[in-house]
Amino acid sequence: MKIKNVTKFKENIYRGIFTILAFASLFFLLGITVILFKEGLPIFQKVSVFDFLFGRYWYPTHADAEFGILPIMLGSLWVTIGALGVCVPLGVGSALYIHELAGYTQKSVLKPLIEILAAIPSIVYGFFGMVIVAPFIQRTFHLSVGLNAFTGSLMLGIMATPTVCSIAEDALSFVPKSFREASYALGANRWQTLINVIMPAAGSGISTAIILGMSRAIGETMTVLMVCGGAAVIPHSFFQPVRPMTATIAAEMGEAVMGGAHYHALFAIGLILFLFTLVFNIIAEIISRRFRVKLGLGR
Amino acid sequence: MNKDITQKLGFICLSLCALITVFFLGTLIYFIVVRGAGAISWQFLTDVPRKFMTQGGVAPAIVGTFYLTLGSIMIALPLGLACAVYLCEYSPKSVVVNIIRISINNLAGVPSVVFGLFGMAVFVKFLGFGVSILSGCLTLAIMVLPSIISASQESLMAVPQSYREASLALGATQWYTIKKIVVPSALPGILTGVILSVGRVAGETAPILFTAGTFYMRGYPKSIFSEVMALPYHIYALMTEGAHPVAQTKIAYGCALILLILVLTVSTLAIFIRQKQRSMS
Repeated sequence: MKIKNVTKFKENIYRGIFTILAFASLFFLLGITVILFKEGLPIFQKVSVFDFLFGRYWYPTHADAEFGILPIMLGSLWVTIGALGVCVPLGVGSALYIHELAGYTQKSVLKPLIEILAAIPSIVYGFFGMVIVAPFIQRTFHLSVGLNAFTGSLMLGIMATPTVCSIAEDALSFVPKSFREASYALGANRWQTLINVIMPAAGSGISTAIILGMSRAIGETMTVLMVCGGAAVIPHSFFQPVRPMTATIAAEMGEAVMGGAHYHALFAIGLILFLFTLVFNIIAEIISRRFRVKLGLGR
Repeated sequence: MNKDITQKLGFICLSLCALITVFFLGTLIYFIVVRGAGAISWQFLTDVPRKFMTQGGVAPAIVGTFYLTLGSIMIALPLGLACAVYLCEYSPKSVVVNIIRISINNLAGVPSVVFGLFGMAVFVKFLGFGVSILSGCLTLAIMVLPSIISASQESLMAVPQSYREASLALGATQWYTIKKIVVPSALPGILTGVILSVGRVAGETAPILFTAGTFYMRGYPKSIFSEVMALPYHIYALMTEGAHPVAQTKIAYGCALILLILVLTVSTLAIFIRQKQRSMS
């Protein structure tokens, strides 16, 4: 009886330890939220929330400092939209190709290859964009600078393509075979089946892929830091240098005085960035849950 | 036949998409390999940077990347594995589990630069570790935690239920079953996840910008409280600082190639292990 109690006691201790450790992710997520609020909010004692979000000028180091992040947010927006324009057609198109057209051999090479390529570090894309792509873009379009929103979008888009492709392909492969057979039986050809039956059936999975790709694009730092040019002004064309939110934080945090207004402003940018990606992730989560229910994949 | 023409055009478009993707990524690898190969020599791999980063090697950066990767995996692996064990073995299906799952998913989506901010505020400033290997490892560990949890969880769930039942029927306690049966059976899968995470950590730059990295070091780090050079950060430094762009770009190509080889080898290895395992089971 005594031994049994000791064993039970030990079991409970292990269970307790694992339970506590399991909350680590929640703890860190809350920690990040708290820190961002704590270090970011003091800036709003200096400038109003409205002036911060919609101010047109970002001069954090001037004697008469201005903290308007509109140009920075627009920079992120432009580059993210541009990146989507590249990675959605390429990623989804490649996924459809792998799913529908690639033979067994091609499939068994392409699928792992895409996954391996998704692991290439962002700094390598940034470096490649800086030394090869930017000079090429500059020469092709006769621009004064090759480091601009267009080059940034292109590099980000290419970078996100393997991720989008990989997730979209997974979603396509979950569509039950019977859908395809039913469509063929009704006289549809392969293309009609693919576009009208399989794509819609995998639609929410593909949307999840796109949202995650977008989330990756908006949160990506090194690539945009190196290839976007880094001018914090409101962009008027795709061939102008921009400075997205991530790049601003990465480039300026080193010079900002700890505890100063600039420091708090950068944390506030981090907070906005964090909230954006949080919203994207929650949307992706909701969509993917509906997708699972729709196809009867359980939880 | 209109229908057939559409199909043909559609399929051509899809092939084109796949082709462009492969072409872009192929070009990237081609340039880095061809130009980087010229920069790499024995001296490049083993010497310290000399003459304002225009000559010499990048050994401190390689060593630094090694320390940061090793350190962060050593922190993240036990924590991630424990979390996965709880979710798969102990957890009653409840609201709590759902909350943990959602927080893991959201942590995975946090931009890397935000981890950097968090690490700077907490480890560098609040806990007073300074800009150091320790701060960098802790920051990277938090960043990579979600992927280690998901990989471990997936492979724990793949362990057949009958293994657990057999062990419990023999009178083993739950902890003993986990320690001796479940985790060892899931080990290859967990390893795959860890290897993939190694690739990710080794290439990350943004989290270490303000927590661990330094532009230039003549020697090697002395303790876990010293600053450190890292390959990805070194590439960034070479491209944005200094006064000798041509010589520096050449070294940056070399660093990029080393990083590319490292990351691609590691992830190829992981994917290879996983496929072999899948075909076995």
